[in-house]
Amino acid sequence: MEIKPIKSACDTCAHFNAEGLKKLGINVDNFDFVVALAGNPNTGKSTVFNALTGLRQHTGNWPGKTVTRAEGGFQYNQQKYKLVDLPGTYSLLSTSTDEEVARDFILFGRPDVTIIVADANRLERNLNLVLQILEITDKAVLCLNLMDEAKRNNIVIDQRTLAKDLGIPVVATSARYNEGIPELIQTISEVANGTIVCKPHRIKNVPPNIEKAVKKLSVEIEKEFPGISNSRWIAFRLLEGDSQIIDALKTGELV
Amino acid sequence: MSKKNIENIIELSNELRWQIGDDFHDNLTEGIYADAATIVKDNVQVENGKKRFRLDSKIDKIVTSKTLGFPIMFLILGVVLWLTIIGANYPSSMLANLFLDTIHPALKGFATSISMPWWLDGFLIDGVYLAVAWVIAVMLPPMAIFFPMFTLLEDFGYLPRVAFNLDNLFKKSGAHGKQALTMSMGFGCNAAGVVATRIIDSPRERLIAIITNNFSLCNGRWPTQILIATIFIGAVVPSSFSSVAALLSVIGIAVLGMGFMFLTSWALSKTVLKGEVSTFNLELPPYRPPRFWKTLYTSLIDRTLIVLWRAIVFAAPAGAVIWLISNIYVGDVSIALWLIESFDGFGLLLGLNGVILLAYIVAIPANEIVIPTILMLTVLVTGIAGGEGAGVMFELDSISTTGDILKAGGWTLLTAINLMLFSLLHNPCSTTIYTIYKETKSTKWTLVASILPVILGFIVTFLVAQIWRLF
Repeated sequence: MEIKPIKSACDTCAHFNAEGLKKLGINVDNFDFVVALAGNPNTGKSTVFNALTGLRQHTGNWPGKTVTRAEGGFQYNQQKYKLVDLPGTYSLLSTSTDEEVARDFILFGRPDVTIIVADANRLERNLNLVLQILEITDKAVLCLNLMDEAKRNNIVIDQRTLAKDLGIPVVATSARYNEGIPELIQTISEVANGTIVCKPHRIKNVPPNIEKAVKKLSVEIEKEFPGISNSRWIAFRLLEGDSQIIDALKTGELV
Repeated sequence: MSKKNIENIIELSNELRWQIGDDFHDNLTEGIYADAATIVKDNVQVENGKKRFRLDSKIDKIVTSKTLGFPIMFLILGVVLWLTIIGANYPSSMLANLFLDTIHPALKGFATSISMPWWLDGFLIDGVYLAVAWVIAVMLPPMAIFFPMFTLLEDFGYLPRVAFNLDNLFKKSGAHGKQALTMSMGFGCNAAGVVATRIIDSPRERLIAIITNNFSLCNGRWPTQILIATIFIGAVVPSSFSSVAALLSVIGIAVLGMGFMFLTSWALSKTVLKGEVSTFNLELPPYRPPRFWKTLYTSLIDRTLIVLWRAIVFAAPAGAVIWLISNIYVGDVSIALWLIESFDGFGLLLGLNGVILLAYIVAIPANEIVIPTILMLTVLVTGIAGGEGAGVMFELDSISTTGDILKAGGWTLLTAINLMLFSLLHNPCSTTIYTIYKETKSTKWTLVASILPVILGFIVTFLVAQIWRLF
């Protein structure tokens, strides 16, 4: 899975997609798609949010600034997108309130696209969350943010092979300076409309006995809920004894 | 989907959980990290083997060092407050001039020309308008200076370093280190600080952070502190040192607040909220040069104007209430006077007076209007209204006139000091109380968080007053 091949010089120009874009601010009635914005703390999610919606959510250089969901919207090529800014989390496996807000939205809110904002300078640590989100949803875009800082730190990331490894499109941005935002919008619309189909990476390095248990369980889950995309993740949570997921399974909220 | 099948799935998962053993969570986490490491190895290169984050770690070595960390913190706080005190003076008196000397007489003249009834004229122009005008004149300049500077520090990335420095103290008081961040937010607004406690995982430590957030001086109280310190504390030293003395006393109050925060956290964690201190990772983000103009703009829009608007919304009805209680008579005494006189005894015991206590009751909706309320009520009691009528604020074009009015109301240095203490130690504003209720969903803890600081305030001001009078 790659970003679409470059056809002309226009594709690389920041103004390329600008004509189809209308920032809607908080005006998000009758939207066509829901887009979630997730990522580690202090990777610039709120800055990306502001760049896309034209809103001015307060941003700050400290982890944990956003503790509630913020919503905004934008319109691109006649389609309306509702954008939800989630609290930054390192993981979805434990249960503080801010992590729950993020996890519940990705799981129960079923966004059409999840943008995962990652700090290009600390990719390895950020991938922990990315890989967990990819177990839950199969419509995601990795927004590799803070590229300006990465450049200063002499970090070079091969976006094409990274996209291949993760199975989702990767867009490099410096949201503070609006760089890469038009490309991000284009990619979001392609994933939302199914032009790009993701084949997300699933966690591989699991000990054989656990893998066996997970497989056994997820086969049963798939039997009960045909076409479910995150049976493996539900199996992980059931094995962990996550009471919230057990309840959601009972009430049918998961499908 | 059938209930039975789902029960079977859950049954199966319980069975399998036993088989795979305790290490599941760790194994899964390790698996994720191993995957992440492989992916990074394949796709990320650090060129020339150059060392990363050199400047950042150098700055961090200084600002989080054991010896310099705290002095630098106080220095930064001092500079910010000093600029606020110095800078707010001129615009404040200009605004007061405009609103109170120019617009107010014009409005009164207009009301007379259309022969508006005296009670409507008094209620609207002397009550509502003057309260709003006062809040803007007193509040806007310090906020417009303080908030952008605070936001610049925030954008630069200094707040997490403060948390790092304070972590040890919080740990010793049985609280969560992240409370340092919620405390810093509280310096802006306590309601925001209470919401920010969501970053704390443990319910016990989160409650401690919520209950003690009120000990962070919020923006509604900074101007009160700064104004009173400038008038009274600044006056007891030679004039060349007066702004330094005022500054130090305000910092003293802020630090005292932090002291009370640690003390209360410690007391709570030793009594009703016992438990272990949880560990956590605190990320020190890279320093980022703030974008000056954008920060200025957003902090004006997001903070200054929103907070000012809130103050105005609460000041308008408060102004109306003050005018009403000053002009409705029971027998031959107005309600306000009657209340003030009945509070006076208790107030004097605390080194305060009835006016201050009544002002704090009227100002429960917003701390911002305490000083304007005190002034209006003092004018009422001392009868220096200059023929304008009861419950009416009139021209106060400088800080020194404000001081004259307060001194006419019988204020001494003790009143000023105790007002500063009481401003630190009293119930949170109604917005914060409501936020605490929403966050804790518990009437009991909301009551504790609201009443505990007032009781502390009574005790502290009482002790100070008694000791003061001994000498």
